[in-house]
Amino acid sequence: MSEQSEEPESFEELLRNTTSELVDKIEQGALADAVNLLQTINDARNRDLYQQVGQLTRALHDAIRDFHVDTRAAVDQDKTLSEMADATDRLNYVINLTQNAANRTMDKVEECLPIVSELGKEAALLRNEWGRLIRREMKPQEFRDLYRRIDTFLVETERQTDVLSGNFSEITLAQDYQDLTGQVVKKVITLVHEVEDSLVHLVKMASQVDRITGIQPKDTDKNTEIIDKQIPEGPVVNAEKRGVDVVSGQDEVDDLLSSLGF
Amino acid sequence: MNKDMKILIVDDFATMRRIIKNLLRDLGFNNTHEADDGLTAIPMLNAGNYDFLVTDWNMPGMTGFDLLKHVRADPDLKDLPILMVTAESKREQIVAAAQAGVNGYIVKPFTAAVLKEKIEKIFERIQK
Repeated sequence: MSEQSEEPESFEELLRNTTSELVDKIEQGALADAVNLLQTINDARNRDLYQQVGQLTRALHDAIRDFHVDTRAAVDQDKTLSEMADATDRLNYVINLTQNAANRTMDKVEECLPIVSELGKEAALLRNEWGRLIRREMKPQEFRDLYRRIDTFLVETERQTDVLSGNFSEITLAQDYQDLTGQVVKKVITLVHEVEDSLVHLVKMASQVDRITGIQPKDTDKNTEIIDKQIPEGPVVNAEKRGVDVVSGQDEVDDLLSSLGF
Repeated sequence: MNKDMKILIVDDFATMRRIIKNLLRDLGFNNTHEADDGLTAIPMLNAGNYDFLVTDWNMPGMTGFDLLKHVRADPDLKDLPILMVTAESKREQIVAAAQAGVNGYIVKPFTAAVLKEKIEKIFERIQK
């Protein structure tokens, strides 16, 4: 790294030293010497440029190698799967796991709802009958039916509450995906950081080249492009840091719309 | 507001479609159908005599916003009541959707009460 930071300086030093010599030669009328000096400066610039481009190419090559992308496009999946493909697989795994957990949970909830509903209905009916009994509006035969019905209800309740408990436990267990998805996402975060570091390194290399060649990259105005096309952003993760362009809840949505007459 | 009205639910995540379908069922709406993208929704809308459209915004093929604009531009569909249920919460997007003719806008995460209130409000306004 120290070699790389020395080179541009030495070229600039050379430029500085040679330029004053160049001016002297021109004033003395030694044109041949002056032209030779120009040639020296030009050669040094080219050497430096080739060196910077070489370093950029090497850095790019290293980055690609670190992503484990086999540019010869072998089909051997085990050894040449790129880290990017790996990250994609991992994130798809997260989507699948969370979807399965959500469905499993909703399935269990849907199983519980009719059970609870039935228990409630039967209890209400029995309460009515019990009321009639208390007010002595019931005939003996009816009382015998009620007696059986209450017995059945108590047995059913015991059984169904066991079923409900079982379902609730399964719902708790279905949340086990969070641990797995958390681990997977952490790995992807690590990969993203590595990619970011590599890219920053590449940009540094490229800017050295730009410096020597005097190339200035064009600035594209991305902001207006995004507003015009209404490109969706997805859920906002850091609402507090985001500021006023984002609403934070249904109430703010309603206020915004009614303030505009909608 | 007719509880038998034919409703199309559009969202690229099956889990969300299931949640909305269940909530609508709890509110008494059983005539629900599903599509997984703006693109797959359009032929269904054209063929189907739908009374109500509930759509997400963020979808890969055609976004809910583009679906909204398409429906409002189609002479056979332009009066279809549309409710957006989405995680998109940028102010300018909400305003853009309202200007494009959406009848209601719900941000995720949302509650059953909010869904009920917005649906009732939409159909109250229509009847006026």
